[in-house]
Amino acid sequence: MNAEARAAAAPQRVTYREACKQAIRAAILADKRVFLMGEDVARYGGCYAVTKGLAAELGEDRIRDTPLSEAAYVGAGIGAAMSGMRPIVEIMTVNFALLALDQIINNAATIPHMSGGQIAIPLVIRMATGAGRQLAAQHSHSLEGWFAHIPGLKILAPATIEDARHMLQAALDDPNPVLIFEHVMLYNEEGSLDPTVTGVDIKSAKIRRPGRDVTLVAYGGGLGKTLAAAETLHAEGIEAEVIDLRVLRPLDEATVLGSATRTRRVVIVDEGWRSGSLSAEVAARIGEAAFFDLDAPIRRVCGREVPTPYAAHLEQASLPQSTSIAAAARELIKPR
Amino acid sequence: MTDKVHLDRAHLLRLLAQMMRVRRYEEKCVELYEAEKIRGFMHLYDGEEAVSVGVIEPLAPEDAIVATYREHGQALARGIGMNALMAELYGKKEGCCRGRGGSMHIFDRALRLYGGNAIVGGGLPLAVGIALADKELGRKSATVCFFGDGAVDEGTFHESMNLAALWRLPVLFVCENNKYAMGMAIERAESEPHIARKAAAYGMASETVDGMDVVAVAVAARRALANVKDKSVPFLLECETYRFRAHSMFDAQLYRTREEIAAWRKRDPIQQLRSWAGQNGLIHDSDTERIETDIEAEIDAAVAFAEAGTLEPVEELELFVYMEQTPA
Repeated sequence: MNAEARAAAAPQRVTYREACKQAIRAAILADKRVFLMGEDVARYGGCYAVTKGLAAELGEDRIRDTPLSEAAYVGAGIGAAMSGMRPIVEIMTVNFALLALDQIINNAATIPHMSGGQIAIPLVIRMATGAGRQLAAQHSHSLEGWFAHIPGLKILAPATIEDARHMLQAALDDPNPVLIFEHVMLYNEEGSLDPTVTGVDIKSAKIRRPGRDVTLVAYGGGLGKTLAAAETLHAEGIEAEVIDLRVLRPLDEATVLGSATRTRRVVIVDEGWRSGSLSAEVAARIGEAAFFDLDAPIRRVCGREVPTPYAAHLEQASLPQSTSIAAAARELIKPR
Repeated sequence: MTDKVHLDRAHLLRLLAQMMRVRRYEEKCVELYEAEKIRGFMHLYDGEEAVSVGVIEPLAPEDAIVATYREHGQALARGIGMNALMAELYGKKEGCCRGRGGSMHIFDRALRLYGGNAIVGGGLPLAVGIALADKELGRKSATVCFFGDGAVDEGTFHESMNLAALWRLPVLFVCENNKYAMGMAIERAESEPHIARKAAAYGMASETVDGMDVVAVAVAARRALANVKDKSVPFLLECETYRFRAHSMFDAQLYRTREEIAAWRKRDPIQQLRSWAGQNGLIHDSDTERIETDIEAEIDAAVAFAEAGTLEPVEELELFVYMEQTPA
């Protein structure tokens, strides 16, 4: 292997943000039907700087700035997908996606079925989600669990650099509307990207850390905190298995149930509010299918049920933390 | 009636036959509804036929249509088979959407008919996107977006008009102004009830046309479409029309008077064309008799087809919630 080939094959250090950007760039270069549109994606460079520089390289037709019209540009993305394009629509944050909820739920999620299978909507919508940047209650919520309620949508939560780099192409290759939720605290995360990995599936959950004593189920921005909790528990002699859901709809039940039946104890971590949450769905599925395999009740560590506050100490108090995740696991292992 | 000189006898016969076809089809639907063969919400187009027939007549096969939940007229004028349409209203597998859409959601991909949208204003952004794709893919087509006066109250009207004009997209926005958003009279809902005037705010050309005069609509639509396609810009065509019947199948019509309805009925688009063309010797009683005979045969066949249709097995309930592939 010459030096150049060795360099190309060596793991690349990138941020999550750069991985997202590489994915967008590669997808647009590979297929003339792919373009990205959203608010401030071109000249501004993206609210979270994901698309910085791409408009200059790829042109403003491929990286397309839109007016502040969420319903219209999301709906236009749906229309363009119905008519032969492969749009990537970027919404600044999930809270703003509520302005386009009618288009996403009444059109994107229904038209393939309602048309009797005549019309596919191969559309990708990317958006930021989650708290941690002191952006208060209209920019910080985790509503992906809501969207995961809707048949017809696929919901992805890339928690790793590899998923940030490769989930987009898998989503574009899917004939259905796929929503990708990028947690705001992940954009600056740095990690290595294995150049020999050229794609990922958007079907399966993954075991990010094997363990025998307790299963910790997490996704998106919660994965890092959960892995940190597992490390703490390891030091105490508790081996936690960490599952990254990756795909919030359709759920990979087999991986979750497989782990739950091995460890017989489950903690579910969800930054979303506990009531009616994705964590509730995961808990219910385990309860339905593996009740007699459990040695302890299922525990959940969720966002506290308040509009996310601005003050840092209050905001942090409203979120799952590695300490609260580890504490929940300990309680399951050593019941009082 | 305007610009009659541009239309020959064959053209007039096509317009008349299509309007009569829509009218008779829906009269049959009312019978079938009362017989409980058709259920759910069904919105009749009675009185408004000139709008879809006049606008769709000049369309090319590559043009696209987005319609509302009151879209039997659009579907038939665009060329959907009456059999498939009737079977859809029966909820049968042989329906155009395999019984999953019903009256409010008629799709036909081959005809580029993209619904059948039952959220008021919900179709406008779709039309913008279809036109964007067509433009980017180098197709020389226009997208016609039908919507009612009620949709003008929705935010998507403003957002979509702006986006289409900003990006110079070939969309013909057709407002079917039938004066009522369900029961809400337009002058009670709009600070500026002249809808065509709103186009100026987007730098968009517009026109108001008598929507009870199919020839006027056809001429205006042809002119507007030429503008849309040649310049790749949107256009707003406001068609002033009136629905003779209830909003849906259940409506006491407390919001308007019998006198008002009677006055509009005198402007029935089918009667107007028949009497004008008859007086001018362009269409004869024998023509209308033949048209009626053909329509009766077509409707009888459609009812028989729907009656004989099958119910999709319940095991197939979840088909198409997720697509296996994107149709080429």
